[in-house]
Amino acid sequence: MSAVFNIALGIALIAALAWVFRLAGQKVTGNAPRFRDMPFGVAFGYILGALVLVWLIWAFVQSRSADLVTANKFFFLGLAIKGFLLFAAAAWVFRLLGRHIGTAGTRKLFRTIPLTAAFGILVIIVYAILAIFANVIAPHGQDEILQGVAANIIPGSDPDFPLGTDQIGRDILSRLIYGAQNTVGIAFATTLLAFFIGGSLGFLAAVVGGWTDQILSRGVDVLMAIPSLIFALLLMTIASVWSSRLGIPLTVFMVLIIAVIDSTRVFRLARAVGQNIVVMDYIEAAKLRGEGMWYLVFKEILPNATAPLLAEFGLRFCFVFLTIAALSFLGVGIQPPLADWGTMVRDLAAFISYAQFAPLVATLPLLAAGAIALLTVAVNFVVDWMLQKSSGLKE
Amino acid sequence: MGNVLTIVLQRLAFGLITLLIVSMVIFIAVNLLPGDFAELILGQGATPEAVASIRHDLGLDQSLVTRYFGWLGGMLTGNLGTSFAQLNFQTNLGGGGGVTVAEQIAPRFANTMFLASVTAMIAVPIAVTLGILAALYRNTVFDRATNILTLSSISSPEFFMAYILILFLSVLNPILPSLSNIYDGMAFGERLEKTLLPALTLTLVVTAHMMRMTRAAIINLLASPYIEMARLKGMSPMRVIVKHALPNALAPIINVIALNLAYLVTGVVVVEVVFVYPGIGQLFVDSVKIRDIPVVQACCLIFAAAYILLNLTADILSTLSNPRLRHPK
Amino acid sequence: MTEPLLKIRGLKLEGRSDETWNPIINGVDLTLARGEVLGLIGESGAGKSTLGLAAMGFTRDGVRISEGSVVFDGIDLLKASAAVKRGLLGKRIAYVAQSAAASFNPAHRIIDQHVEGPVQHGVMSRAESEADCVALYEKLRLPDPENIGFRYPHQVSGGQLQRAMTAMAMACRPDLIIFDEPTTALDVTTQIEVLASIRDIVKDFNTAAIYITHDLAVVAQMADRIKVLLKGDEVETADTRTMLSAPTQEYTKSLWAVRSFERPLKAPVVAGSVPVVSVQNVDASYGIVPVLHGVSFDMHAGRTVAVVGESGSGKSTVARCITGLLPPKAGQICFDGEVMPADYRKRSKDQLRQVQMIYQKADTALNPRMSVGDIIARPVQFYLGLTGKEKRARVDSLLEQIELEPSEYYSRLPSELSGGQKQRIGIARALAAEPKFIICDEVTSALDQLVAEGILRLLANLQDNLGLSYMFITHDLATVRAIADEVVVMKNGRVVEAGPKAEMFRPPHHPYTDLLLSSVPEMDPDWLTNLLQERGVDNIGDAAVGKM
Repeated sequence: MSAVFNIALGIALIAALAWVFRLAGQKVTGNAPRFRDMPFGVAFGYILGALVLVWLIWAFVQSRSADLVTANKFFFLGLAIKGFLLFAAAAWVFRLLGRHIGTAGTRKLFRTIPLTAAFGILVIIVYAILAIFANVIAPHGQDEILQGVAANIIPGSDPDFPLGTDQIGRDILSRLIYGAQNTVGIAFATTLLAFFIGGSLGFLAAVVGGWTDQILSRGVDVLMAIPSLIFALLLMTIASVWSSRLGIPLTVFMVLIIAVIDSTRVFRLARAVGQNIVVMDYIEAAKLRGEGMWYLVFKEILPNATAPLLAEFGLRFCFVFLTIAALSFLGVGIQPPLADWGTMVRDLAAFISYAQFAPLVATLPLLAAGAIALLTVAVNFVVDWMLQKSSGLKE
Repeated sequence: MGNVLTIVLQRLAFGLITLLIVSMVIFIAVNLLPGDFAELILGQGATPEAVASIRHDLGLDQSLVTRYFGWLGGMLTGNLGTSFAQLNFQTNLGGGGGVTVAEQIAPRFANTMFLASVTAMIAVPIAVTLGILAALYRNTVFDRATNILTLSSISSPEFFMAYILILFLSVLNPILPSLSNIYDGMAFGERLEKTLLPALTLTLVVTAHMMRMTRAAIINLLASPYIEMARLKGMSPMRVIVKHALPNALAPIINVIALNLAYLVTGVVVVEVVFVYPGIGQLFVDSVKIRDIPVVQACCLIFAAAYILLNLTADILSTLSNPRLRHPK
Repeated sequence: MTEPLLKIRGLKLEGRSDETWNPIINGVDLTLARGEVLGLIGESGAGKSTLGLAAMGFTRDGVRISEGSVVFDGIDLLKASAAVKRGLLGKRIAYVAQSAAASFNPAHRIIDQHVEGPVQHGVMSRAESEADCVALYEKLRLPDPENIGFRYPHQVSGGQLQRAMTAMAMACRPDLIIFDEPTTALDVTTQIEVLASIRDIVKDFNTAAIYITHDLAVVAQMADRIKVLLKGDEVETADTRTMLSAPTQEYTKSLWAVRSFERPLKAPVVAGSVPVVSVQNVDASYGIVPVLHGVSFDMHAGRTVAVVGESGSGKSTVARCITGLLPPKAGQICFDGEVMPADYRKRSKDQLRQVQMIYQKADTALNPRMSVGDIIARPVQFYLGLTGKEKRARVDSLLEQIELEPSEYYSRLPSELSGGQKQRIGIARALAAEPKFIICDEVTSALDQLVAEGILRLLANLQDNLGLSYMFITHDLATVRAIADEVVVMKNGRVVEAGPKAEMFRPPHHPYTDLLLSSVPEMDPDWLTNLLQERGVDNIGDAAVGKM
């Protein structure tokens, strides 16, 4: 009951502050339109925002407190704030660099890019490098059980293993880096496959129309009526039996299953985009000229579909990536000995309860989960920017 | 009104047909298994007699079509079959009358429904309010900040959000329990408390989605000439939103809500596993791991049915909210 | 004289694009007395709508007022608080939008939207306002004024909605109404009734009005005074009659001159000569909906046939039958006396080459990802087999034919061209196939008058030089007068009347042709008054009913 009372009191306090703020603004600026026409809700928002900012600064100071209990308690918030500032600064520097280095085209692009999208591009580049050069960058192998090294080394205690070792003595940092290769690589391949299947069938349906379109579209409707993660889990169950029978790794089945399930979404988009283009007069002009199907698809339709398809590729990749991570987290996705982030989160999850006295240990599962989140957030930022740009062009 | 009724009936019929086809797809998918259930249950070293007997017990010696209709009929009458795990248990102990799939699923289904309703109860009002606010104050600091926050929360995996919440609300500040070990006959208050953390996790994910879509739907409307007309008639911003935009935004908002409730169906699986919440999602994952086909099949159909039903409801409700259909020429 | 009702001084507006603010209106002055109607004309992009809204102290998203003042009856709208402005809008300043169908809220009944203003502004009670609404509807000659308000917007036709919106603007008896192209979306025959209603009611209530339009003939009927805008600047302002008879500025003169472009009459077709394209007894339908009924007419070499009719008359469908996109249900299309296959997929490359098409919307007719050079080069290569230098030379000469500098335009993308230039590229693409016959589907209707005139002159020159035949689909009789040799009038999928232009513009006519011809506004400011007297007011109502 007291909690409710406290919240009500807090809101009332903020409301009072907001009222004072607006009134003061009106008096000080001589009733400038900015304050005169300011709705109360906006004033409320300003005060709330300011209070949150103050609290964050206070929390940051607390995280650097000498008292270990307090410092541990605010360790994660402090880490988050530091991370946020670091990322923002990195993105800002990256954007600044982009404005001065590169071709005229990219320089122009970087002049109007929002900070979030610059951050997204930077993260994607870093992940790509990690994934491609994992073998070079990682100090140890992904499933290498290090001889003569203790299991469960606490992060930070041994400079040779900055993030420590896991239950059976594998280097966690190396496994994280290899995770980029495995998780991102597999997701990327799956998305490509989904695009190949869904894209070609979608354009086919749009251009040919008629019965082909009807059959394909109704089939896709049915597949889309089953929630995708559930369907994937069902098929994975069946695939797991086949996999042990045939001796083909389950991961291969997973790639195929998710690609097929996801290609339905790609199909929908490709068909819709295709249909929008097919009704254009320039397509009619090309048809009346007597052009063949090949020319129509590759010269007239595809070049006009790249922007929405590219944005969709980003979104699909995130979706596939998250589905694979979820499957791995549930224990039916990417199989050991491949290191992957979803499995790592599951294996390390129990460490979270050490947060109060050993915050570094508790960061491990969050690090793996965060690695997943960071990439999807980055891709989404870039896609969001692309979509906004293309919708802005239309107006 | 006859016009509307036909459309609603059409949609209903279409939904039922979809469900029927989906049940076929699930049934066929399961029958893609190599060998059959009997071998699967008894393992490869089983004697042919034992296999034959189980095969007869399960009706596997009948044709595919007969089995499909048998299974479908069972589903409709609540007889979901017997789980392999239970069957194994019985055969080994030689006892009879184990737990059927229906008995196993029913209480868990109720738990999942409870979780989903708590989530919806928190998420829908917050999302719609925030969505309207973001649309009203678009391109302001508030809008940009919520854009970044919601985009981040949509893109993060559910388990990441779950562990973050556990970290802050359960480990560092012991406010809520991180284990949702609810059981029958628990007091409502305690049950709610134990459900709150998984519900909050789902809320974070779903709210972000719903809010963004509500915002987009309203901004779409705010650009329309009749909103400009209302403003040029000197109507207050509040009245413009409530009287002019909202009645027309109903269809998209209903769609947004239904879509996200349907999304809950998927999200619930991961979240239930994280919090060890005894819902149907956890049962589903456990059954997937031990290849307990009848349970997997039944759960899958239940999830699909919920999903289709929600989409169907949204479809019908948004049809009903269209004045062109309610008042034909 | 007393203080003017509206006084705009040095008004500047800017619009945002690509994160920068670009000027839309560069310092316009405007003065409006009580009860005066000011016509605001200009081409698209002149900023007339923006100026109209700014006169209400209102800007759309992405537009801002950077300088100047808007004083309405002593109140500076740019300095007034939001609440004060809301008190004026709808009550003393009202707005009539271009598309009534989009500007009525689809979720509420018309009368509920009508009474919202008076009730919310505290001018009348709901009951009073409803009674007043019916009276206004009667005044505006809406059919069934007692009940029409209780319908939803989608249940009422466009012309009626436009009048209902005028009534709504009148609901609080404002001092000023802004009309923003209120008849642009309507067919000519519907336009007359709306124009007449608006003019009468504005006069009866002595309301001041700003009437925004791009149509000179319309503004001549409505306005006491005319202000001409060009790219955000005022060109000139004068009394309507003075402006029409003696414009002082070059730009205004050129606008007026467009109306006088007319090609010399050609000698009649030699009897017995084989037409280039002959449409013979064509029936066509979309699915099961019949669209064309026994349509026949001929088109001869070197001549232009204009096919006219209102929207839904089937004129574009005829074009689809000729090109083979929509194979007719019955009848046939002959080219040079030979029957062509009905489906374009069955036609030979040469048959396809001979019939080319120019589209209404140049935006969607050019692939946005192809350069101008590639667009024109494709038919050159496809039909004539030219490659390399020969191809380039041919494209260059085509660009010269359409009066665009090859070196400058060859590698541009369509998005880097103006509307008129895009339409020229469309023409060049058609010419590249070296056809005998070109279908021009409303090629000028999306363009401003001056640009449109340029396109028409270009087409006329090309015809004289290359001996092309045109089929000109249009709803604009001014275009017909300018370019046609023969005219085919269509209504509801049938040919109503056909013949040489000279005959068509001389009575007697089929009654529909008569209605269509007489409904086209003329520059004479007395035209509407005379026409209404000629027809008798009741006749207008009949025409309206006949259309619905």
